Amino acid sequence: MSSPSSRRSQSGAGAVVDEPELVSDPNLPPTSLTPEQDAKTSRWTWPKVAIWVAIALLGAVAWTMLAIVRGETVNAIWFVFAAVCTYLIGYRFYSKVIERYLLRPNDKRATPAEVKQDGKDFVPTDRRVLYGHHFAAIAGAGPLVGPVLAAQMGYLPGTIWIIVGVVFAGAVQDYTVLFFSMRRGGRTIGQMARQELGRIGGTAAIIAALLIMIIIVAILALVVVNALGESPWGVFSVAMTIPIALFMGVYLRFLRPGKVTEVSIIGFVLLMAAIIGGGWVAGTEWGAAMFHLDRGVIAWGLIIYGFIAAILPVWLLLAPRDYLSTFMKIGVIVMLAGAIVIVRPEITVPAVTIFGENGMGPVFSGSLFPFLFVTIACGALSGFHALISSGTTPKLVEKERQTRFIGYGGMLMESFVAIMALVAAISIDQGIYFAMNSPTALTGGTVEGAVAFVNSLGLTGVNITPEMLTGTAADVGEPSIVSRTGGAPTLALGLAHIMQQALGGQALMAFWYHFAIMFEALFILTAVDAGTRVARFMLQDSIGAWFPKFRDVSWRPGVWICTAIMVAGWGYILILGVTDPLGGINTFFPLFGIANQLLAAIALAVVMAIVAKRGKNYLRWLWIVALPLAFTAVITITASMYKIFSPVPAIGYWANNFKYQEALAAGDTSLGEPEVLEAVIRNTAVQGTLSIVFVLLTIIVMIVAVVVAIKAIRNGGGENTEDEPVASNRYAPAGFIPTRAERELEKDWEGRL
Amino acid sequence: MTTQTDAVTDPLRALAAWLVGAGRGIRWYMRNLMGDSAYETYLAHHRRQHPDEDPMTERQFWRDRMDEQDRNPGARCC
Repeated sequence: MSSPSSRRSQSGAGAVVDEPELVSDPNLPPTSLTPEQDAKTSRWTWPKVAIWVAIALLGAVAWTMLAIVRGETVNAIWFVFAAVCTYLIGYRFYSKVIERYLLRPNDKRATPAEVKQDGKDFVPTDRRVLYGHHFAAIAGAGPLVGPVLAAQMGYLPGTIWIIVGVVFAGAVQDYTVLFFSMRRGGRTIGQMARQELGRIGGTAAIIAALLIMIIIVAILALVVVNALGESPWGVFSVAMTIPIALFMGVYLRFLRPGKVTEVSIIGFVLLMAAIIGGGWVAGTEWGAAMFHLDRGVIAWGLIIYGFIAAILPVWLLLAPRDYLSTFMKIGVIVMLAGAIVIVRPEITVPAVTIFGENGMGPVFSGSLFPFLFVTIACGALSGFHALISSGTTPKLVEKERQTRFIGYGGMLMESFVAIMALVAAISIDQGIYFAMNSPTALTGGTVEGAVAFVNSLGLTGVNITPEMLTGTAADVGEPSIVSRTGGAPTLALGLAHIMQQALGGQALMAFWYHFAIMFEALFILTAVDAGTRVARFMLQDSIGAWFPKFRDVSWRPGVWICTAIMVAGWGYILILGVTDPLGGINTFFPLFGIANQLLAAIALAVVMAIVAKRGKNYLRWLWIVALPLAFTAVITITASMYKIFSPVPAIGYWANNFKYQEALAAGDTSLGEPEVLEAVIRNTAVQGTLSIVFVLLTIIVMIVAVVVAIKAIRNGGGENTEDEPVASNRYAPAGFIPTRAERELEKDWEGRL
Repeated sequence: MTTQTDAVTDPLRALAAWLVGAGRGIRWYMRNLMGDSAYETYLAHHRRQHPDEDPMTERQFWRDRMDEQDRNPGARCC
């Protein structure tokens, strides 16, 4: 710390004085609650004790129903109770511990939004509005896909990891990164890594971020391609989002600037028309002929689209689609939560399936530890959030104490989305689940093949018939549901299954299915476009170190070259995934999870270094960060090791590579034609190489972070890289609902802000 | 009679007032979340901080904002 002799008190509720006294304008009301008011608010009263005991009991009952009772069936409502009660307890108790002892926000201190206020980037924003903004930026298709794939191991492992993981890891990362970035004027995680971990750690972090961006965009694109392949209805309605977004962009630019909600409602109505129209178009002969596209064609279409979308001006396509996607996101999540509570589906999937025990499931292979934890990244711990929690959101925070509600609370909401996705996926018949999620390599892509394969798995209570598969396909208006891997079609079926019981009945099944597909495609297209732009920006910045001209973002050739490089990067992996003879999702998805967790390890390593540098008083609480950091490091490194060194071809990329190379050399065609063998050899080599790069980057960052932390601990602290503290001259409550003391103080401020 | 109508209208009036309040709240939230109010925020800021300069028009403001996003892309999560 810069002033080791400054007063440090261990008491106090959050407002520990760690810095010189800040004096606010004496003519204004106080800018923070007094320690006495804080103490009064946090004092336990009987009604409060009773409420928390009730929440704890309800949560305990729900967990007992899920984990211990495990009857023939379990009602979905227990998932909701287990999740919500655990979140409430985690938020009320654990996040308060983090606030009070680890971060120690100080409401007397002005946030960057107040100090650098410019009416555009730095704007003190109402906490509830910022919560919505932040949530819309962090939650996308990730929490909807991972839990669906992980359902092959049964509902329990995924549920525990999503709920416990978010409380101790995911929300901790989001909250701490948000807070420390705010204390540094909204610096990005890359900038903080360079500053805190030095040159080597910082460079490794930036390379990792760039690679992760490519992997994430590629895998998300693969999910969309798999959802739209051979589905004329889906292709038509998702394609229509492009003209709809263009129309919205033109409307906002030239007709009615700033009328965002208005144009979003218009866009939403057009979107619904596109979904309904899609059913009609797919039913016509010309429509079926025109929009029945092969997955390879769709992949190329997406690559071309991605390039064009990333160089078009933001106002024309990206911004309007983003409005639409925010609008849909909030609406659908509220709707699905309501439907689960109203319908309360009975779940027949076992708590832990045989694949949870032996790790040889068809959806993705590998044992529960560590592969469950990389399959479900978003929803439990998502490193990507560090990019949002640093940079954009911290520039909008009004008061320091609000970071707990926005950072920790925002991530809890994403976790809840993941739980709902899990419930939707397990509410459908288990046999249908495996028929949809097993790769073509195993089902042959035919109804008969799928029936034979799924019934041969030997799962108790699973006995599907060809009629079940053709009937379900007809219900949702698709030619087939066999081997529709990637998670999106399964989630869409689950969502349609739940929604039709709440609203509209069987007749609306096909509408809800395509509504869900559209909803996911909308997120993913936005992520593809925005991800390409961000990756291009990072690449331009890196190349700019040697060729300064590349840093000039208005120099079009530089923009085009860097966009093309990035699109080629993810496009190559996308094509490999689409043409992978072994499936695609099952072989590539682990890389997505590993990449995401690796970024989480980097973010937590940066946070750990910062905390260690804060000085002695914080060391006792370092475990709050070190615990999830150690966990995610173990997960990513173990999973990568399996992927690199496992001798089992289904798990180890290189084992598979050597197996196919031998077959090719020996002229053995029992595994497939020579072209198939070559494709597998090429894909596994790419996957294996990426695994090696990821694990090396993780190890470098970890070592650097530990060295930096130990050095800081030995020296009793380190350099303070926070911005100079400035006294705040405004006030707003910290949480969603203000306490009585906060309301009174807020009243004193009325009309002054 | 009057007491009876009062008994009916009072809860109704309270309900109506509550609905209006809730509607206003939702409208306020949507406008702020989606960004409809961004120009007003800018204008208020500009008037306070630079009272002697002309603020941008609404059209200019939105163009400027979009151009800024072009130069400085924001991430969207997976």
